[in-house]
Amino acid sequence: MKLNTSMIKMWSRIGSRASFGMAALELGKIHQDLIIISGDTSTSAGLERFKNKFPDKYLDVGIAEQNMMGIAAGLSSEGYKVITTTFAPFQTMRCCEQIKVNLGYMNHKVIMVGLASGLSLGILGYTHCSIEDIGVLRSIPGITIISPADSASTIKATLKAIEHDESIYMRLTGPVPNPPVYSNDFDFTIGKSNVISDNGSDVAIVACGSMVHNASEASKLLQNQQIKSKVIDMHTIKPIDQKMLDEISKDFKLIVTVEEHNIIGGLGSAVAEYISGISFSPPLLKIGVEDSYGDAGDYQALLSEKKLMPHQIFELISAKIESI
Amino acid sequence: MSGKENSIRKIKKMSQNMRRNVLEMAYLSGSSSTHFGGGLSIVDITATLYGSILNLNLKNPEDEARDRFILSKGHGVLGYYTALHEVGYISYEELKSFEKNGTFLFGHPIMKRSKGIEFSNGSLGMGLSLGVGVSLSAKKRNLDFKVYVLMGDGECNEGSVWEAAMSASHYNLKNIVVIIDKNNFQQTGSNSEIMNTADLVLKWRSFNWDVFEIDGHDIKELFHTFSSFKDQEKPVAVIANTIKGKGFSLSENNNAWHHSPISKSQYRLCLNELNNESS
Repeated sequence: MKLNTSMIKMWSRIGSRASFGMAALELGKIHQDLIIISGDTSTSAGLERFKNKFPDKYLDVGIAEQNMMGIAAGLSSEGYKVITTTFAPFQTMRCCEQIKVNLGYMNHKVIMVGLASGLSLGILGYTHCSIEDIGVLRSIPGITIISPADSASTIKATLKAIEHDESIYMRLTGPVPNPPVYSNDFDFTIGKSNVISDNGSDVAIVACGSMVHNASEASKLLQNQQIKSKVIDMHTIKPIDQKMLDEISKDFKLIVTVEEHNIIGGLGSAVAEYISGISFSPPLLKIGVEDSYGDAGDYQALLSEKKLMPHQIFELISAKIESI
Repeated sequence: MSGKENSIRKIKKMSQNMRRNVLEMAYLSGSSSTHFGGGLSIVDITATLYGSILNLNLKNPEDEARDRFILSKGHGVLGYYTALHEVGYISYEELKSFEKNGTFLFGHPIMKRSKGIEFSNGSLGMGLSLGVGVSLSAKKRNLDFKVYVLMGDGECNEGSVWEAAMSASHYNLKNIVVIIDKNNFQQTGSNSEIMNTADLVLKWRSFNWDVFEIDGHDIKELFHTFSSFKDQEKPVAVIANTIKGKGFSLSENNNAWHHSPISKSQYRLCLNELNNESS
């Protein structure tokens, strides 16, 4: 699918969840053997139109995520292309062992879409936030993990995921509207990161999901202070783009990871695990949720509390640069 | 002799052979030991299914039209592998490799379609959801195979079982049969002590399943019950009353044999009982 500016603007307005629903409509047209399963979250997943247009390709399992993953694997074992979706905590942790056994151990391929991950449902409290999902799933062999940076990336990722050869967890983050990171058409290859901006080799900022936008904004603030940075959209967290990490480990003074996830187990950990094997790699600053829950609050308030707003990311990076 | 009588005779013979192989496998597994009790309680059920009920295709184990069997109580492998051996999926040499490094026959089933093993199991409470998925696939594609899921009564402690039970009747599945091996025990005690499953007939019926309660060791009753499911109106649950450790005096209703090694003298004792029974 070739993207243009007006499509990107429209998807940005509707946010990543509704954009996933748009991608689902495309898949419905193409794939006869597609089944999208929802755990009583069709409206939250932007699937109302899909449900009406392709009733035979839609299945609701009710509020029963363990059963959802078993049914998904059963259908997959019979040759169906299966997508499951519900809110991120329920898509990953409620049914974690079903994911391990059915998708990891037995290799039945299912695309899992975790809705409203990170802090975007903060007003509902941490039952509905998801700062653990990457960490939990990253330890299960055979699961690719993708966190698209914006609505257009969500659409591209969904279309690519259906052709991928192993199970995928697609982690949707960010507010509605979802600020676009990409303003024109771009390449989205699973496992290959994208460079968003590059103005020098002081700091390499590796971000995923909604934090790619905030990292880009922070990069502009850094530039004002004569700190040169490169912003990388590491949309695929597993398998991590080792080639990019090799490159930035050679050239940069500091590597920073930014994620709307616990700093334990997520993107920062994945980067740390890899670069720790590289001789003379630069220091790593992991910016994210520092292993804590907290009070409920709206999205912006929680991002602020967890120091994930652009100016806070800028400040954390500036301070680190000064210390090395 | 009628066809039905022949089938029942064949299943009885198969069940005897299976118990002999269960005993041998348990003995050969040595100190790594086996789930002896829960393997023996399902032998007559799996003998009936594999001996006469399931539509199998050994030449093409992935034949779309085959019936699917899922051992949700994955620890019951002794009663599963021995049935797969009887019908020709697994050789005698392979059977003897049970629980040895390099085998494909471990203490829980590991998916291997070429050998008739449909799914990997072992973690309880997951098999029925897989079965519902497979059954939905058959319904969508208008295929008339059946899905048989064998579960334990202790396994019914798992909440996921009831998620799956609720969904099978919601989707109006008429091609799925659950068999509950109701041997009244679980790992560390009786169901009533550990977690009382109480009236399973009532429970499954209240989830809108057709329920049959039978003697899980009466081959004639097993055969006639399974043979009556040609045109299901609903998902079917068979509550099969069984005896844990069935077939040997030392293990029957003795939960010490849930997972235990068998000594040489115990093996000989059991072998004598088998020989006396068949002579």
